[in-house]
Amino acid sequence: MYALARCSLPRRAVGLLSPVNAVHGTFTRSRLLSTLAILEQRDGQLNQGSLNAFAAAKQLGGTVHGFVAGSNVSAAAQEAAKVEGVEQIIKGLPETYAPLLVENIKKGKYTHVVAGHTAFGKNLLPRVAALLDCQQISDITAIENDKTFVRPIYAGNAIATVESSDSVKVITIRSTAFAAVTPGSGSAAVVDGVDPKADPSAEWVSEDLAKSDRPDLGTASKVVSGGRGLKSKDDFDKVMLPLADALGAAVGASRAAVDSGYADNSLQVGQTGKVVAPELYMAVGISGAIQHLAGMKDSKVIAAINKDADAPIFQVADVGLVGDLFEKVPELTEKLKSS
Amino acid sequence: MSALRILVPVKRVIDYAVKPRVNKAQTAVETAGVKHSMNPFDELSVEESVRIREKKRAPGGVEDICAISAGPTKAQDILRTAMAMGADRGIHVDVKEGDDLEPLTVAKLLKKAAEEQKSNLVILGKQSIDDDANQTGQMLAGLLGWPQATQASKIDFGEGDSVTVTKEVDGGVETIRAKLPMIITTDLRLNEPRYASLPNIMKAKKKKLDKKTLKDFGLENEKRLRVLKVSEPAPRQGGGKVEDVDGLIGRLKELGAL
Repeated sequence: MYALARCSLPRRAVGLLSPVNAVHGTFTRSRLLSTLAILEQRDGQLNQGSLNAFAAAKQLGGTVHGFVAGSNVSAAAQEAAKVEGVEQIIKGLPETYAPLLVENIKKGKYTHVVAGHTAFGKNLLPRVAALLDCQQISDITAIENDKTFVRPIYAGNAIATVESSDSVKVITIRSTAFAAVTPGSGSAAVVDGVDPKADPSAEWVSEDLAKSDRPDLGTASKVVSGGRGLKSKDDFDKVMLPLADALGAAVGASRAAVDSGYADNSLQVGQTGKVVAPELYMAVGISGAIQHLAGMKDSKVIAAINKDADAPIFQVADVGLVGDLFEKVPELTEKLKSS
Repeated sequence: MSALRILVPVKRVIDYAVKPRVNKAQTAVETAGVKHSMNPFDELSVEESVRIREKKRAPGGVEDICAISAGPTKAQDILRTAMAMGADRGIHVDVKEGDDLEPLTVAKLLKKAAEEQKSNLVILGKQSIDDDANQTGQMLAGLLGWPQATQASKIDFGEGDSVTVTKEVDGGVETIRAKLPMIITTDLRLNEPRYASLPNIMKAKKKKLDKKTLKDFGLENEKRLRVLKVSEPAPRQGGGKVEDVDGLIGRLKELGAL
């Protein structure tokens, strides 16, 4: 995402989409509202998940601007410009990105700044909030009005409604709680932002991303997730991957499976991993600890396959099957393929 | 390379294995009489600091590991735990029970503490498991103007104060390099925290524990967020079990999931 090593700073393009159609607000003070939605991009490709930030921004009402930064953001900016109700686009490490964003927030006099509660948003936004002397509101799942927000605490075991008294509300959103907007017929003009050209105090060295043709875990409509019951990496791959392919699902894992090396860290679903809310979540060999439930209990339909009939996962599953996953899952895979 | 002076902020939270209950007045989560422990991510920070010293990973060595916690008197138990794990000393900033600080205030407090202690490395947990904010480390880095490496799963020290950190990001890992002074936040994969042995718990009782207040740092507990309500999440009802795979497929079709 922020590949500073690959983009020399002075040449960093700071593309800003110019003001677009002011979205009519649902709140009384909406005319005074203006929201800056922070978009993620990689190599000019807009992260589709970050378009959810627009959905939240539109809910707030008032003017909506978008923001993308990086060494080569023209394509991403053009794509974002097609979303109705958008303005700005930026890239770099938080050390350079944060001052850049702060300058643009001050210049645009935004009342709200919204980003996804992704690794990118979590890394960047609190730094921005501190520089603006604002108390950020993390991982919101609902907007009550322009200063009141709902967010889960204690791994989703309690829901807090908080009211902010800050002049600028800096917010990260739970992507799965806000339906993504799709680029349409919008025509925001792309404008250059202010660039304070902050000196980077950290440098990007390398990245190692898990490659997969399967849908992205965070946004997939179906997720199959494996736990400790899979016994080994070989078994995980042998049992779970065909099931995922038969369903067209993304693959997830419990912490136990990740810690035991059955699956990559980036596949972890839960309080400390990803939060997903697909149409179908199928938990295989997962007992259902509260930290895991925190990451998936907002799924529309939950199915569970576990040999322990008393596993807590069955208390939340819409449909449960008690049995040996090594028999049941291949059978399920075959029947799904032939149907 | 400069000798490391590590500051390790730790938080006392409801134990991770306890299912929290919302109080009757719907104002907060019930904390009275509930088991508390050190925030799991903070245990990783303490462990990593101690390992850096034990394994002599930093060319300049480790001069000091100071644990700090803001919270009620009982937060001292958590500081003693950190010292039993190997921290040299502790600072307790006394905050009334139930008068929790927001991350921005904690970051301001830690900024002052880091300056006062001449810290050149602050290792924090990536988030506390009660508020789940995931903000304090990044805010502190912003306030100090130091580089940050969040969600660290590997930390290496090189010559000339350089620190290379592998971070957990969406889709995999990313490696960045920065120079001291810097801020690192820990991810679960960083290490496996030790249990404090009884002799070390006894020794920890003799280690220095400074008691301070927010005022000593020139701060007040200023709240930007007002909690209007805390409620239980909508309960989810289990939908019962099916006999076999065909039953599973049939039910999923009924539910419209297939």
